[in-house]
Amino acid sequence: MEYILIIISAIFVNNILLSQFMGICPFLGVSNKLSTAVGMSGAVCFVITLATLVTYLFQYYVLVPLHIEFMQTIAFILIIAALVQMVEIVLKKVSPALYQALGIFLPLITTNCAVLGVALMVVTNEFSYGGEPHMLNLAESIVFAFATSLGFGLAMILFAGLREQIALNKVPKPFQGIPIALVTASILAMAFMGFSGLV
Amino acid sequence: MGKIQLITKGFVKENPTFSLLLGMCPTLATTTSAINGMSMGLATVFVLVLSNMAISATAPYIPDKVRIPAYIVIIAAFVTILQLVMQAFTPDIYETLGLFIPLIVVNCIVLGRAEAFANKNSVVDSACDGIGIGIGFTFALTLLGLVREILGSGSAFGYKFITGDGILVFVLAPGAFMALAYLIVLFKKVTAKKGE
Repeated sequence: MEYILIIISAIFVNNILLSQFMGICPFLGVSNKLSTAVGMSGAVCFVITLATLVTYLFQYYVLVPLHIEFMQTIAFILIIAALVQMVEIVLKKVSPALYQALGIFLPLITTNCAVLGVALMVVTNEFSYGGEPHMLNLAESIVFAFATSLGFGLAMILFAGLREQIALNKVPKPFQGIPIALVTASILAMAFMGFSGLV
Repeated sequence: MGKIQLITKGFVKENPTFSLLLGMCPTLATTTSAINGMSMGLATVFVLVLSNMAISATAPYIPDKVRIPAYIVIIAAFVTILQLVMQAFTPDIYETLGLFIPLIVVNCIVLGRAEAFANKNSVVDSACDGIGIGIGFTFALTLLGLVREILGSGSAFGYKFITGDGILVFVLAPGAFMALAYLIVLFKKVTAKKGE
């Protein structure tokens, strides 16, 4: 039950893009075409889940025993950067087809705040899903990370679909480009507000 | 370019928020009020100026191939210092801004200035550049925060001037996107007229 609540909350209620504002750069930057949005979402999904697993273990088996939790930010960003690099190398060798699809997005992901954001969230915030507030355990963290990245994908793909339609319409000159995208995002965020109170 | 120009260019011509559209995550997330927006801006100025100076001083000794990871480590070090300082002296603001303080590490403005300016200019010029861009960012965040605060809760910098509630949606997520969209449009209109 707890897992279902985590999943619903992470995808809909606390959508990482539309209510937490993390990862807005790729959200605005690569959402012009549906196909690139799908590729980006896939890459983010993969990296967020993997990065959360590694940083969670690093936090509780290295930083906490050594009492150097204040090194969190530096350690996590280095882990994420190294991880992204490694995923790129492994993917290139193991699955060239997947690399073709996700490859160009991987370098961009190091500086995607959603990845660092989720990694920090699971080790600093307390969550309460139907019970006492508590820190997430490993399994819950992985589920949370995966669901969050699904939420990222959902918002990203919806938004790209909308932007493809908008591109066909006539937009007033000052609104062309980013402003009309922001207005669209605003309306999409209003739609997602309907989910609040669900969990 | 003179030092004064380095500082003033971040205001309009190279304003990181309105004309370059960088660092959107903290821009949207922390501007629920003018004070919050300004605090976030000033926190970023602190990191930006110091990391610009450190990178400009160390750039000649960093091999070209590993420069990006090296810059990220330098920036992360200053962010950690900022976190500790804020926890000690302004715990309330630290609490409000929350996760977005550590997330300055991945703010594209900071890394962008390191790569585009600091690694090929002198320490003093880089500091001026950091101040200029940082103030432009703070200005944008304060303005956006002010607009959202006036519309959303009917107050400015914490001083309430209406009774009852404002248009609540402007404090929430959709209002952030909407207010930023209209401010960018306004900014485009004003700067386009100046150009003619």
